[in-house]
Amino acid sequence: MEALTTWWTELLGGNAIFTANTLEFYWNGLTTTIQLVFLSLLIGILLAVPLAIGRGSKHPWIRMPIYAYTYVFRGTPLLIQLYLVYYGVVFFEGIQESMFWPIFREAFYPALMAFTLNTAAYTTEIFRGAIKNTAKGEIEAARAYGMSKPLMLRRIVLPSAFRRALPAYGNEVIFMLHASAVASVVTIMDLTGAAYYVYARFYAPFQAFIFVALIYLCLTFSVMFVFRRLERRLLAHLRPREG
Amino acid sequence: MKKMLTTGLLGAALLAGAAQAQDTEQLRIGVDIPYEPMEYRTADGELTGFDIELGNALCEQINAECEWVVQAWDGIIPGLMARKYDAIMSSMTINDERRQTVLFSDAYIQPPSAWFAAADSGIETIYPQSMEGKTIGVQRGTLQDNYVTDNYGDVADISRYTTADDLVLDMDAGRVDIAFLDFPIGKSTLLDSDDGNYVTVGNMISEPKEYFGEGFGIAFRQRDEDLAERFNEALATLQDDGTYDEIYDKYFKTQ
Repeated sequence: MEALTTWWTELLGGNAIFTANTLEFYWNGLTTTIQLVFLSLLIGILLAVPLAIGRGSKHPWIRMPIYAYTYVFRGTPLLIQLYLVYYGVVFFEGIQESMFWPIFREAFYPALMAFTLNTAAYTTEIFRGAIKNTAKGEIEAARAYGMSKPLMLRRIVLPSAFRRALPAYGNEVIFMLHASAVASVVTIMDLTGAAYYVYARFYAPFQAFIFVALIYLCLTFSVMFVFRRLERRLLAHLRPREG
Repeated sequence: MKKMLTTGLLGAALLAGAAQAQDTEQLRIGVDIPYEPMEYRTADGELTGFDIELGNALCEQINAECEWVVQAWDGIIPGLMARKYDAIMSSMTINDERRQTVLFSDAYIQPPSAWFAAADSGIETIYPQSMEGKTIGVQRGTLQDNYVTDNYGDVADISRYTTADDLVLDMDAGRVDIAFLDFPIGKSTLLDSDDGNYVTVGNMISEPKEYFGEGFGIAFRQRDEDLAERFNEALATLQDDGTYDEIYDKYFKTQ
């Protein structure tokens, strides 16, 4: 570790802005951003699958509340949702004394909640579109085999819907990564928060923000790479056959 | 002929002006309001504040009659150059950029920063040990942010807010244990508006210069070196005879 530190210091010799200290800020910001985005996407997708199925239900009292939820969360800016969850909760009487306060006291969990609800709404609509687009023939064939509804959903509809949703969902992941930049307004030191810090400390907007933009670019490239690989594997049947 | 007449009149006017200056000098001072408690208007419209009172005392000391000219901040240095007034006394921080254009007096105050906490917070002294595990709120990118980050960053959590209002919201919510703010800002947002829920903790802080800057100075036009020198002498006198402390305590005494 010490060798690493000396190496850094030598590498950064003479650079006033990117000292080991500010790089640590960026590093902590990077881990915070990744945690925040990864967790919200994970919980979001777990919520979105049942919601997407329910969204296509023929019972209005299942379908309509889900529709209202996705409509509200897709129809309002993420920043506003974040403000509502973070600053709004404190106006509930007695929240400071309740068991939930340790969660809401931190900035991380309100932000995680806002991000999760937001991405779940978009993902629900992406999956619902994919489910709706299942080829009629596949469903007829499943029926002809005498499959029950849940079995048909599990074996036929969902697997092909996931594949169809993959490119759109990859975009959602990237959008979420970029949207997470708003977390810095509620005091979270994510990547953007770290960049703000460096900018304000050294009055160096270009260096601070270009550096953070490069980190976001690298993250985006890795996400794109993973989804490209996934698409190659899972959507192989849609590609023209290679001679 | 006509030209000669104009020149003559102009000369006469100049002479008259100079003669008048002999009795009591007329000075105009530019100020941007409101910035409590440095400069603001009372409910009945009268200009007051630390700068105003100190400025009037200084004028008295150098035997000048001063008139305050209210000018918005973005035009305050151009206004000085355009001779709309002869000096600026408006919480202006001395720095090298401004030194290129204006001439500064000695610093007449180090703007104080202060710690603010809820009256029942139990924080009574400010030491790194007493900050252990606390959440300190600051405005992002301010000198207070830099000071807290370097001195308490290892022991406390630091929450950085874009505006003081966001910080106050989180103080009210109980997310922030103690705030470190520019004293005038903290006074107007926490002490004055929140009926006694908040108090200042410990002393006001305005050192070291490395964080808190060179302080506020009175700005003059570069060529008015004599005037600046007279203000400096007057300031030194007021600091010696206790007038300065009197005015300072009036606006910055906490208890």
